[in-house]
Amino acid sequence: MVEIPEHLRKRAEEARAKAEAAKAAQAGGPGAAGSGDGASGAQQPAASKIPPHLLERSKAARAQASGGAPEAAAASGGGGVAVAAPPAAPAATGATGPGGHTQRLLTVVKSGSIQDVKSKPQDKVHVWPHLLVVEFVASLFITAFTLIFSIFVNAPLLELANYNQTPNPSKAPWYFLGLQELLTMFHPMVAGVTIPGVGLLALMLAPYIDRNPSKKPEDRKFAISLMTIHLMFWAVLVIIGSFFRGPGFNFVFPWQAGLFFEL
Amino acid sequence: MAIDTEERKEPLPERLVAQMTKIGDQVQGSQAWTSIFRPGSIFRKGYTDSPRNRSYVVMNSVLYHLHPVKVKRHAVKVSYTLCLGGLSFFLFILETVTGIFLMFFYRPTAAQAWDDIYILQTSVTFGLLVRNMHRWGAHLMVITVFLHMARVFYHGAYKPPREFNWVIGVILLKLTLLLSFTGYLLPWDQLALWAVTVGTNMMGYTPVFGDQVRFVLLGGVEIGTDTLLRWYVLHVLMLPFVLVIFLAVHFWRVRKDGGISGPL
Repeated sequence: MVEIPEHLRKRAEEARAKAEAAKAAQAGGPGAAGSGDGASGAQQPAASKIPPHLLERSKAARAQASGGAPEAAAASGGGGVAVAAPPAAPAATGATGPGGHTQRLLTVVKSGSIQDVKSKPQDKVHVWPHLLVVEFVASLFITAFTLIFSIFVNAPLLELANYNQTPNPSKAPWYFLGLQELLTMFHPMVAGVTIPGVGLLALMLAPYIDRNPSKKPEDRKFAISLMTIHLMFWAVLVIIGSFFRGPGFNFVFPWQAGLFFEL
Repeated sequence: MAIDTEERKEPLPERLVAQMTKIGDQVQGSQAWTSIFRPGSIFRKGYTDSPRNRSYVVMNSVLYHLHPVKVKRHAVKVSYTLCLGGLSFFLFILETVTGIFLMFFYRPTAAQAWDDIYILQTSVTFGLLVRNMHRWGAHLMVITVFLHMARVFYHGAYKPPREFNWVIGVILLKLTLLLSFTGYLLPWDQLALWAVTVGTNMMGYTPVFGDQVRFVLLGGVEIGTDTLLRWYVLHVLMLPFVLVIFLAVHFWRVRKDGGISGPL
């Protein structure tokens, strides 16, 4: 059961009261309730829930359709509803609408609530073949690359692990070498825990920190510069840690001292 | 009459082709065949390139229906995504396959691990090649995941409604690094031992409960055979398991959030 909005219900009630008052005035007033109209006049209070002006309009339309159409149509021009006679005049017959049906306003529905178009139609393509072919080729390519690279370059396997022989330098995996590089500058708690912790947390919260709704690069200069600076900073640290650190984790040039780097 | 006999006797190759086609049709029309290949399969009899069949291909395949039937035209442009997310996922599959192969020849104890790797490289058919692929694939995966993150950031694709998928993505990045790091120890050579020593020493500096973190990670006060077992289980079982769960949510959210982000 759909609830009728409060304001609409009020409006309908007002209209009904008004119609009733008008009818009472007509019935009592000019004594127009003639011989034939008596019956219908008696029906009226019960049946007429239709606002009087609508009744008049439909009655006029009916009259126009049956008899005096040409002049009325000519007079009203395009207005369609403009033919209605002043409500006081024809008075009594009107309990039924056109074709003998009674009509009632149930509710008024706004157009937006029926048809709410949220998305515009988009230019779309079928996943097969358009996307699957691209994915297939990409996976073939990466497999071929890994396979060929693996044929020519062997993964390192140094001698058996030995607690008594610490290699100099000892390096972490390459993606942690930025952290190891930070260790040379800060206290281990800052370099090993605080900076990466805060960094990763900020990275995770990036969508909630960056409130700028635009995706256009020209609107996001600050965000893009900040990210680029951090990525570059990180890349430089990893590169220094990987290639420019020799025995004792001292700074060396790889073209002088050689490489101290294993993948 | 002469023309008639010529028509009846086609050359042998054509008769063979006709025979083969007939057998092919019979196989493809059989009940077994049609029960295996669902409507829309390109292996099904009478597959034609129609919009209906194109939809069926995706809908009726357990693998492909990760995808919607249709995507934005813009979403299939390689210059936009550079395939980085897909490549990361594919490398994960490659790592799984090669990793399972390696598991057949490896025992995670300090006494046996290095020897097993050595024997794998020298005596097992394709052992060296598969280990190489596993190692280089892992490094490549770290790189593609990282580049995927950068790509998404520069496209602003983490903005609403995709904020939460970004968070899951960062978790996936961490899991990838952890997977790579735990795998680093397993060969039990000098490189593994001392790289992991450096790495876990850093974690030991966690404030308040640093020592406990280190103890749990190492299964003791220093790296040993317990550490090896612990990291082996993490590497082959627990981390992939957790990663797959997050991966599922990641892919699901891509679709729920309206496919990949639009053009800039």
